Amino acid sequence: MTTTAPPTAPPDESPPAPSHTLWALLRNTWRGLTSMRTALVLLFLLAVAALPGALLPQRSLNQRLVTQYFTDHPTLAPLLDDLKFFDVFAAPWFAAVYLLLMISLVGCLVPRTVEQIRGLRTPPVATPRNLARLPHAFATTLDEPAGDVEARVRRRLRGWQVRWRDEAGADPAHPVRTVSAERGRMHEVGNLVFHLSLLGLLVAFAAGKMFGYEGQVIVLSGGGQFCNTGILGYDSFRAGLRVDGTDLQPFCVRVDDFTATYEATGQPASFTAGIGYQTAADLATGTDAWRPTTIAVNHPLRTDGSRLYLLGHGYAPRFTVTYPDGQQRTGEVQWRPVDQTTLLSEGATKFARPGVTDEEQRRTSQLAVTGLLAPTSSGGQVVTSVFPALDDPEVAVDVLRGDLGLDDGRGQSIFTVDRSKLDTGELTRAARKNMRPGDEITLDDGTRVRFDGVRDWVSLQVSHDPAQVWVLTSAVFMLTGLMLSLAVRRRRFWVRLTPAGAGGTRVELGGLARTDRAGYGEEFDRLTAAVLGTDPDGPGADSADKDTQKSPKTEDRP
Amino acid sequence: MNDVVLAMYSDRLFMAAVGVYVLAMALHAAEYAALRSAQPTAAPAEAVAVGATTAAPAVPDERPVRPDLSDESAARPRTRADRLGGAAVNLVVLAALLQFGSIVTRGLAADRWPLGNMYEFTSAVCLAAVVTWLVVLRRLPALRAVALFVLLPVVILLFLGGTVLYARAAPVVPALRSYWLVVHVTTITVSSGLLLVPGVASLLFLLRRSGRGGALADRLPSAATLDRLAYRTTIVAFPLYTFGVIAGAIWAEAAWGRFWGWDPKETVAFVAWVVYAAYLHARATAGWRTGRAAWINVAGWAVVLFNLFFINMVVAGLHSYAGI
Repeated sequence: MTTTAPPTAPPDESPPAPSHTLWALLRNTWRGLTSMRTALVLLFLLAVAALPGALLPQRSLNQRLVTQYFTDHPTLAPLLDDLKFFDVFAAPWFAAVYLLLMISLVGCLVPRTVEQIRGLRTPPVATPRNLARLPHAFATTLDEPAGDVEARVRRRLRGWQVRWRDEAGADPAHPVRTVSAERGRMHEVGNLVFHLSLLGLLVAFAAGKMFGYEGQVIVLSGGGQFCNTGILGYDSFRAGLRVDGTDLQPFCVRVDDFTATYEATGQPASFTAGIGYQTAADLATGTDAWRPTTIAVNHPLRTDGSRLYLLGHGYAPRFTVTYPDGQQRTGEVQWRPVDQTTLLSEGATKFARPGVTDEEQRRTSQLAVTGLLAPTSSGGQVVTSVFPALDDPEVAVDVLRGDLGLDDGRGQSIFTVDRSKLDTGELTRAARKNMRPGDEITLDDGTRVRFDGVRDWVSLQVSHDPAQVWVLTSAVFMLTGLMLSLAVRRRRFWVRLTPAGAGGTRVELGGLARTDRAGYGEEFDRLTAAVLGTDPDGPGADSADKDTQKSPKTEDRP
Repeated sequence: MNDVVLAMYSDRLFMAAVGVYVLAMALHAAEYAALRSAQPTAAPAEAVAVGATTAAPAVPDERPVRPDLSDESAARPRTRADRLGGAAVNLVVLAALLQFGSIVTRGLAADRWPLGNMYEFTSAVCLAAVVTWLVVLRRLPALRAVALFVLLPVVILLFLGGTVLYARAAPVVPALRSYWLVVHVTTITVSSGLLLVPGVASLLFLLRRSGRGGALADRLPSAATLDRLAYRTTIVAFPLYTFGVIAGAIWAEAAWGRFWGWDPKETVAFVAWVVYAAYLHARATAGWRTGRAAWINVAGWAVVLFNLFFINMVVAGLHSYAGI
C-alpha cells in the first residue's frame, strides 16, 4: 500500500467555492481511505472483528452450541444475537470492514501498478549532489587514478542496474564520473503480485460462496443409493446465494460396503466405503454399469466438478414385524450414535400397520421399536456398548403401540418418539426386551417383532465449489509474491569519482534503502570496502592501501 | 526395541532436555548478572556510553551499548560473562539434541509423524524456537544476552507440555492419517517456533526503549539491534506460516469437504495472519515503524499462543481432537 506520508490537508486558500469543498472532501476521503495508516487500522478492525467468530459459538458451525449458549446466558445471548455475534462472518459490520479494506487495497494498488510499469523502463535516478546527507555515506581520497577505481566499481556492481554519467567538474579534461546503481526492483513486483493475488483470492472465495453448495445425506451400506438431482434428496443442504437446487450436476452413488477398523482401545483406525457411481454422462447414456471406487476419510471422490466425502458412519438395526394376519413389514432406518467412542446408538424404527382402511384404527395401531443399540454389547441386564465395532450387537428396546403422530402432518425426528404421548395414553408400551439378532418378541395381540440384524450406514457429503481452484492458484501466487517482496530489498548506491590531482581520486559513496532499513548498513559497508579495494575477499584486496581512514564504518541513522 | 521402551526413552530424553535447558538458563542468568561487573574493567570507554544512554533512554541508540562481542571478543580477554555464556550456549545445543532425540523416538514409538497431540506439538514448537535462536546467535553472537529471555518461555512451555498436556504415545484418528499432517502441522509448528523469537525480541525492544527496565534492561543489546532481530526473524517466519495455513486449507478440502470454514482454529490463524500483515505494513508506515510495530509483533505472538493453547483446550472445534 502507499508508503507515503499521511494525507495532507488541502492547501490553505481563501474561502473555496462549495463545489471545491465537495471535491476536496471527496479527494481527502479517498486519500484517507487509501493511506497506509487507514489500511493498518482496517487490518486491526478485521482481526478484532473476526475474534468473536472463534470465541462465540457460530450458527454456521454448530447450531446446538448456539442454543446451549442461549440457555446459559438468557439475557446476554439475545443482545449478542441482535448484533449478529452468532453469525460473525455473515454480519454486515464484518462485511463493511473487509469491503473498506478491499477498496483501500484497490485504491492503493492501481496507482502503484501504473507507476511500477512506467518505472520499469526508467534508469536509476541521478546522483544526488551531496552524498553525505544520505543515510549511508562515506568519502575518502585514494592514491589511484579514477579509471582504476571506476573499473573496480564496474566489477563490483555487476548484477545492479547502473547508469554512468559525467558531471561538469573543475577540470574539463578529467570529468567527474558518477554512477547510480539500483537493485531489488523485484521487491515491488513481488509486493504487487502478492496484493493482486490477494484480491484474486477474495474474489474467488466470494464466487465460491455464490455458486457453490454442499449437502449431507445418510445412505445405508450394502446397496443404498443416492442421486445428486435435487435438494430434496439431501438430509441437509447449504446452497450458495445463486444456487436454487434446480441445476445440480446429476450423478448417482451406490454404497456397496463399509469397513471400519479400530485400535484395541476402540479408537478408530480407518473408515473406508466401497462405492459405485454413475457420472452425469453415464446417466445421459442410460447405462446400468457403476464405476467402482473407494472413498475414505481424506480421500474423497472427485467427479463432475463435485466432491463426495465420507464423513462418518453409524448403525441401522433391522426389525421385521409380523402382524397377526400374517402380513410382514420390515423397518431399517439409521440410529444415531450417542457415544462416539463406543457407538452406542439410539433411534426409533416406526411401522404403520398395512392393509388397514379405517382411519381411526390405522392411527392407533402404529408401532415403534425404540431404544438403544450396542454394537458390542456388555451383556447383562442393562445394555451398554464396550466397543464401536459390530462384534456382538444387542438392542434394548421398548415396543410402543398407539398413535405415533405419523399422520398428523407435523414433521418429527426419525430418531425419537414423542414420549409425552405415553403420559397421555395415546401410546402404550407393549413390550420391553433386550434382543440379539434373531430374537423375537410376541406382543399380547399376537404381533411378532423380530430383530434381524444390523447394517452400517454412512454419512456422505457432496460439495461443489467451482471457484476453489482459483482460490488455490491465487494463494500460490500470493505466497510467491510475498516471498519475493520479503526476500528482495530495494536499495540504491551512488559513487562519485572526482580526480584529485597527482593521480589521486576523491571517492564519495552514498546508499539508500528504499524498503525496510534493517540490514542495508552491512551491505553498504561491504560495497564500500569493495569500491575502496579494502575488501579482504575482494579482487583488489592485495593492492589495497591499508590506511586507517579506509576502514569504513557506517551507521544506520535513527 | 519395542514401542513401550522407545516411548519411555522418549519421555526420559524430554525430561533430560528440560533439565539441561534449566541449567543453561541458570548459566545465562549468571552471565547476565556478570555482564555489568565485567564491563568497566574490560571496556572502560563503554562505561561512559552506558551512562549516557541510561540517562537519555527515550532516544533509541543505534550503537550497541554493550561492546560488540563479534568484533571485539578476539581482541579482549574472555571475561567471566563470556565463559558462562559460552558454556550456556553449549548446554542449549546439548538440550536441543536431547529434545530432538525425544521427538524422534516418540515418532518411532507411535509409528507415525511425532506431531499428533498437544504435548508433541508444544515440544516441537519449543525445539523450533531454540534452533532458530541458535541460528540467530551464530550469525550475531552479540545477541547472547537475549538468551535468558528466549529460554524462559521455552522452559515454561516445555514444563506445561510435559505436565498438563502430556499424552502417551498412541496412534491418531483416521482424519489425521495423511501426509498433509506432515506438511501442514510441521510448517505451522516450525513457524510458530520461529515467531517466538521476534515476539521475545519485540518485548525486550519495548522494555529497552521505554527506559523503565532499569538494571534488567540496560545489559540488553541496543533497541535497534533487537528491532532488527524481530524484523528479520518475522520475515522468515511469516511466509512459512502463510504456507502452513495454505497447506491446512488444502488438507481441509480433502478431509472436511471445504478449504475454509471459519472453524475457531482457522479463524484465529486468520487473525494472527492479519496481525503479522499489519506488522509488516507498520514497518513501512511513518510514525509506526518502531514502537507501535513492536507492539503489533508482540500481539501477533500472543494470538499465535492463544491459538495453540486456548483454542484447542477451551473452544470446541474441528482441531480439538489433537490429544486434548
